[in-house]
Amino acid sequence: MSERMVRIEVLRYRPETDDEPTWQGYDVPCRDDWVVLDALNHIKDHLDGTLSYRWSCHMAVCGSCGVMINGEPKLGCKTFLRDYPDGVRIAPLENLAIERDLVVDMAGFGDRLAAVQPYLMPRGAAPAGTYRQTPAQLDRFQQYAMCINCLLCYAACPQVGLNPGYLGPAALALAHRYDLDSRDAGRDRRAEVTASENGVWECTFVGECSAVCPESVDPAGAIQQMKLACSLDYVLHPLRKGASS
Amino acid sequence: MRTVEADVLVIGAGGAGLRAAVAAAEADPALRVALVSKVYPMRSHTVAAEGGAAGVISDDDSFDDHFRDTVSGGDWLSDQDAVELFVREAPGELTRLENLGCPWSRTPDGRVAVRPFGGMKIERTWYAADKSGFHILHTLFQHSLKYPGIQRYDEYFGLDLLVEDGQCGGVAALEIRTGEPVLFLAPAVIFATGGAGRIYPFTTNGGIKTGDGMAMAYRAGIPLKDMEFIQYHPTGLPGTGILITEGARGEGGILVNRDGYRYLQDYNLGPPDPWPRKKAMELGPRDRLSQAFWQEQRKGRCIETPSGEVVHLDIRQLGEEKIDERLPFVRELARTFVGVDPVHEPIPVRPVVHYVMGGIDTDIDTRTPVEGVYAAGECACVSLNGANRLGSNSLTELLVFGARAGRAAAERARDASRPDSADWRARAAASFERAETLRARTSGSETIAGLRTELHALMESCVGIYRDADMLQRACDGIGRLRERYGDLAIQDRSRVFNTELMYALELGAMIEVAEAMAHAARQRRESRGAHQRLDFVDRDDDRFLAHSLAHHGGDGPPRISTKPVTITRWEPAERVYGGTAQ
Repeated sequence: MSERMVRIEVLRYRPETDDEPTWQGYDVPCRDDWVVLDALNHIKDHLDGTLSYRWSCHMAVCGSCGVMINGEPKLGCKTFLRDYPDGVRIAPLENLAIERDLVVDMAGFGDRLAAVQPYLMPRGAAPAGTYRQTPAQLDRFQQYAMCINCLLCYAACPQVGLNPGYLGPAALALAHRYDLDSRDAGRDRRAEVTASENGVWECTFVGECSAVCPESVDPAGAIQQMKLACSLDYVLHPLRKGASS
Repeated sequence: MRTVEADVLVIGAGGAGLRAAVAAAEADPALRVALVSKVYPMRSHTVAAEGGAAGVISDDDSFDDHFRDTVSGGDWLSDQDAVELFVREAPGELTRLENLGCPWSRTPDGRVAVRPFGGMKIERTWYAADKSGFHILHTLFQHSLKYPGIQRYDEYFGLDLLVEDGQCGGVAALEIRTGEPVLFLAPAVIFATGGAGRIYPFTTNGGIKTGDGMAMAYRAGIPLKDMEFIQYHPTGLPGTGILITEGARGEGGILVNRDGYRYLQDYNLGPPDPWPRKKAMELGPRDRLSQAFWQEQRKGRCIETPSGEVVHLDIRQLGEEKIDERLPFVRELARTFVGVDPVHEPIPVRPVVHYVMGGIDTDIDTRTPVEGVYAAGECACVSLNGANRLGSNSLTELLVFGARAGRAAAERARDASRPDSADWRARAAASFERAETLRARTSGSETIAGLRTELHALMESCVGIYRDADMLQRACDGIGRLRERYGDLAIQDRSRVFNTELMYALELGAMIEVAEAMAHAARQRRESRGAHQRLDFVDRDDDRFLAHSLAHHGGDGPPRISTKPVTITRWEPAERVYGGTAQ
């Protein structure tokens, strides 16, 4: 397998010693089939043990290794070095606070996920056995259930950068996933959060979240559908009330 | 040192840990359940499981069939009371997950669909396309957010289980973000820390699977059981080791060698037709299929690639539509990582280390020999899987036994007295001191990568698919030397904040300890059974070895191996039969 030296620049930041992030360069002998994560692991093992970053599965499903690669949010394990003949510059995901080197603060994201109540709220008691759900009903929400929480969409979204309270693409898409599930009756309760000032109306439909999503979840599409559903609720709500009184 | 007091402490937040935490919180909402993990829950390796979870659901299936498949699949080393309980609780756990929203694939009329799996007589593997583990993990994680009693400690690295006089006090851990030492005090501790595939160089396992929990329990005096049984999954991608699910064969994929020949028929798995047929050919058990590859390699009938020899997994006959419906992830992985579109070309595959059948010794209620300590999931050995696990039993295992662990721990937490911080601070301080010494050591002749590379080479060459006395002696001696040299390890990173080099050093220490248990247990077992194949003892020997091995930590020396009887309730050991005559 052919090998070539690749210049890898990494944005370093160690809060105990550094005032601000600085670039550090490494020349890495890379194999033709290496992804960016392989190069980071080579640096860690052989060139500089002090470099910190998150990773685990190496197969684009655990969502740990999201970073900016030449300015674009990408998974390190799915981005091949051969596609960057002039080398790469790796930085932590944008719009998120840096904890150290390529490690960003995840706590805020966890709060946003919890806020949208991403779990089934059934109509009544659970059935004896499983619910019936046809493939077509599954199809309605399945795409939105594929999010790996890698946060690439938060790094891409201009609104996340402007409004720190914004729930953001992944959390809203997950709410939509449950809203669309035939087993769920929790949409109104979730809407108290998803249609709030930090919810779907913050989205200006730039669509970058869907463009960078490695799992083709299409959060932008989810958010537009949620906006539409909210608007319909607003129009129909008095009628529904009238009908039930 | 910060102290956190909890009623139930769960170490590990993958499938088993989340299930356990939820079960404990449900048993008693007033309990303070501390869920501690070195990664965020959704990063846990449950996420990478693809094919599905086994549980009897069809009218033509029965608990007895699932029991028999599992016991014979495990080459009679399973404890039959554990298997019995498992097959009976499996459907309830899988149904519950459905009720929580897990997007299982469906039949046209809306029922949960099941697919065939290796070594299983009847279709009983529930699946969510080919991301079953991902959906199970995320469903459980999202559901866990409902429970105010569950307090998460994400990115805390466990150092030591604290035990004194046979009583458990909790766990000493480091907060990774700050490096701060934290003493978690609890009368009940559940280990759900997953496997240890990273002991080997070529594995499906994520970087986090370094056996830390096994090592913590082991160091604290709890034996590791049946550690010689390491599962090689027959179909990993060359180079990366990325898993290609057994579901690909369940849906009708075939394995061929360089001549396009379905070689499994030469290894008591045929005849090849009619196809597909359960428990035959490509739907044989994983140990047999990986062993067949090794034999083919010796005969020179594999295909050379720059990343080693391979055979071909061919799913073209399924057609694009079915591949995209049932196996979309397989298609994506093959295209991305080996540049092959399985709709048009066969996928190159080779056996890859996948799962540790052994683990922390527990009974069927997940109790370990130390009161108050429980274990569930891959880190545990409840003796469900015996000498070879059947595909799709492990996702169900982590639900069934995770739930049992949560309930058992909750029950203990109701009655047991709370450990007093004053009694445990000194013990925890010794643990922190060990990590601190490693962090602050200024000189040493050994490196993490150096020792890890040597460990990998030893395990791959000496504790692989086939072993013999010479290889295992080399492994035992070599790992013993690595254990000693580990004391001379130095790292470069002196910082406290997110010091991943320190984590890697601690993980390496755990891997060496667990690997030594594997090598010694393997050397002692002079028979061939399931995934443990000896070139010098080619037959199963029930007279001498129908017993579990127990590895006991040897302090500064090698482990001591003892044995423990296998529980046989109703099916005496018999010959394992696959292929045309299989039942």
